[in-house]
Amino acid sequence: MINSILTYLKTPVKAAPLAVFRVLFGSLMLYTTLRFVLQGWVDKYYVQPQFNFKYYGFEFVESLGEYTYLLYVVSFIAALGITLGYKYRLSAILFFLSFTYCELIDKTYYLNHYYFVSIISLLLIFLPANSYFSIDAKKNKRIAFSMIPRYSIFAIQFMLSIVYFYAGLAKINSEWLLEAMPLKIWLPSRYDLPVLGDLFQMEWMHYVMSWSGMLYDLSIPFLLFYKRTRLLAFILVVVFHIMTRVLFPIGIFPYVMICSTLIFFDASFHEKIIRFLRKIFRIKPQQEVSILNWIPTLKNKLIAGFFILFFSFQLIFPFRHLLYPDELFWTEEGYRFSWRVMLMEKGGYVQFKVVNPENGKWFYVENYEFLTEYQQKQMRIQPDFILEFAHYLEDYYKQKGIDDPEIYVNSFIALNGRLSKRYINPDIDLTEFEDTWQHKEWILPFDETIYGF
Amino acid sequence: MKINKLILPFIILVISSTFIACSDDDSNGDDNGNANNFDRSLMLVNWADNIIIPSYENFSNETNTLKEASDAFVDDPSMENLTSLREEWEEAYISWQNVAIFNIGPAQDVVMRSFLNTYPTNTTNIESFIENSNYNLLDPNLNDEQGFPALDYLLFGAAENDAQILELYTTAPNADNRRQYLEDVVNRINSLSSDVLQAWETSYRDVFVENSGSSANSSTNRMANVFMEYYEVRLRNGKIGFPAGVYSGGDPQPRLVEALYNKDLSGRLSLEALRAHQDFFNGTAANVDSSAESFADYLDFLNTMKEGENLSTLINEQYEVSESFISALNSNFFEQINTDNTSMLQAFESLQDNVVYLKSDMFSALSIALEFDSGDGD
Repeated sequence: MINSILTYLKTPVKAAPLAVFRVLFGSLMLYTTLRFVLQGWVDKYYVQPQFNFKYYGFEFVESLGEYTYLLYVVSFIAALGITLGYKYRLSAILFFLSFTYCELIDKTYYLNHYYFVSIISLLLIFLPANSYFSIDAKKNKRIAFSMIPRYSIFAIQFMLSIVYFYAGLAKINSEWLLEAMPLKIWLPSRYDLPVLGDLFQMEWMHYVMSWSGMLYDLSIPFLLFYKRTRLLAFILVVVFHIMTRVLFPIGIFPYVMICSTLIFFDASFHEKIIRFLRKIFRIKPQQEVSILNWIPTLKNKLIAGFFILFFSFQLIFPFRHLLYPDELFWTEEGYRFSWRVMLMEKGGYVQFKVVNPENGKWFYVENYEFLTEYQQKQMRIQPDFILEFAHYLEDYYKQKGIDDPEIYVNSFIALNGRLSKRYINPDIDLTEFEDTWQHKEWILPFDETIYGF
Repeated sequence: MKINKLILPFIILVISSTFIACSDDDSNGDDNGNANNFDRSLMLVNWADNIIIPSYENFSNETNTLKEASDAFVDDPSMENLTSLREEWEEAYISWQNVAIFNIGPAQDVVMRSFLNTYPTNTTNIESFIENSNYNLLDPNLNDEQGFPALDYLLFGAAENDAQILELYTTAPNADNRRQYLEDVVNRINSLSSDVLQAWETSYRDVFVENSGSSANSSTNRMANVFMEYYEVRLRNGKIGFPAGVYSGGDPQPRLVEALYNKDLSGRLSLEALRAHQDFFNGTAANVDSSAESFADYLDFLNTMKEGENLSTLINEQYEVSESFISALNSNFFEQINTDNTSMLQAFESLQDNVVYLKSDMFSALSIALEFDSGDGD
């Protein structure tokens, strides 16, 4: 069994699918980097804020202020290197580092698709994506291969499958399937779409969308892997992602997914794409046939070890919420980095109260004096943000002359159309608590059950 | 062949899910025949034609009368004319509370709210402007030297008693300049109000009503944000929270009350603002006793699908609670704060309770983003 898996992963296959993936991914990253800068988001997200919400364990990642633009320049050049396959490994490393660094500056901007980009670029470092249809391969015949071990392509396919399948699993819950929440809230608000706008006012439509979304996510990896259903699957991918693009403001993610799933297609299809690209850009000679065989060198073994660790992490980490008490949607403990996409509608309100224990005087904090709108929006609904800001306020008011300020919060959350409910114990001084992996005891219980994953 | 094997269960599941949905259909007996859909463009029409434009008309009428009273006083600075000018100022200031919410379109373009109601007013600058006649009220930096708070000072606070105030406009050294300044401030209020009204009547009404989409810049979304900002920042904080010292290290700041010089007015202004806000929520027309599509109906419509709590009722109840708290206060907030700030804080908390319903529940239910342009979603 293990042997046959290993043989499968080692078998040389045509390199074209990975090369096309490299080109498409690189181009999209060029576009997204450029877009980020041109929309003014670098300034708005990384330069202007006076305070950043840190990822647990990555508190050392600081905003570089104006110099953040340099990171984007690095990302851009590196993405160009990836696209062209020029100094590919260096480019992949630089892209991974610069892109991930920016993401780690402030968790306010966490999006699953940025995480996806980060881990794909991490994978690309270890894959021979420059062995075919690249400047590197042209210049250096020793790294030019038209056939590469099957695992190089499988790694990407497998990662994509995890993303879809886990996103589907996450939808198997009573809110999504039995209440059609949160689509029941989101869809009616898109009343102005032609045709769909009216359909979205119908309750049955919300259920159709919820159920088909769940079934789509769960089944698409299998439909893509299986040759006979592949074309159908790709059509579904396109329809589904275009739909999400129309419905929600999710930037380039739909295009990333559409392009990525092409990697499931046969090499002949990718060779057509490459022939087409060669014609347009007048790139001359076809590459000679040469095979990259997997041999058990130390380096290859280490890389294999890395893949095993990487995918074990990807398979296990999204389930960490099972270790926490209370409802995941309520506490959000274990919510990020687990492909939970568009799963809930949360409204929130949070007000911080600073008390000076020496004289009993208190006052409320105007959040907007410290945080941007975006940061406030994220903070309202996430407990780790609330705690982090409480500590920031503690330090701030210590400097302002209150020796030992106590920080309390009035916090309410409306989850999936439920009435707002008090979220954080208002009698607890948050300065007494630190963020840990443990359950946050100061979150009030949800007192309801949402069934499912 | 294999494709069919997979597609079939897929289709069956989708269809069966449809059945589940239909059998789950609720039948909330809604006497509104067309309960199947809520027409947001009708809501915009109601807002524009029955609330916003009539309120601006009322306000513009008030500022016209204010101007007449002011002209009369400048012509003949008698005690009688001063009294009538003060009355007209009061009427106009109360009327202003009904349009202050609509910081959108023309009012936003001319920064109306900032020019008309920035308080506390800067009395030192006002006196210096009067002395030197070197001011241009169009200058955006001069927002706290004009508008209703400046008139409050000029008509009620510039001297100890009424006789002395009258003297400032008659026999005092800079009386001419002072009359001129008064006239300029009143004219500026009047021209801003008529400009904004005119813009609504001529062009902006259609722009507003036609922008009926659901994007972040659609009229509904922008109005919802403006509506919320007004409640939280202008009403809750500006009128109650700041003077009660809620944000200032626990020390009350009574000098931050609205209408600092004609002190008895503070409470009335707050109540008027609160009522206007509630009326807008319910879509209550400005001048006639009727109501039509607004947030309340929109929430009710969405609620028929959700079978949740009746949010519009909860919000209305909370408005009533706040109203009773504020009514119970001394209408002279300055005095109220100095004698018993606790009641003031209670009024603040009651306003606060509705922030939760409005900001957290209503925005969530309407699926409206709480700010514009927040980048990509997930």
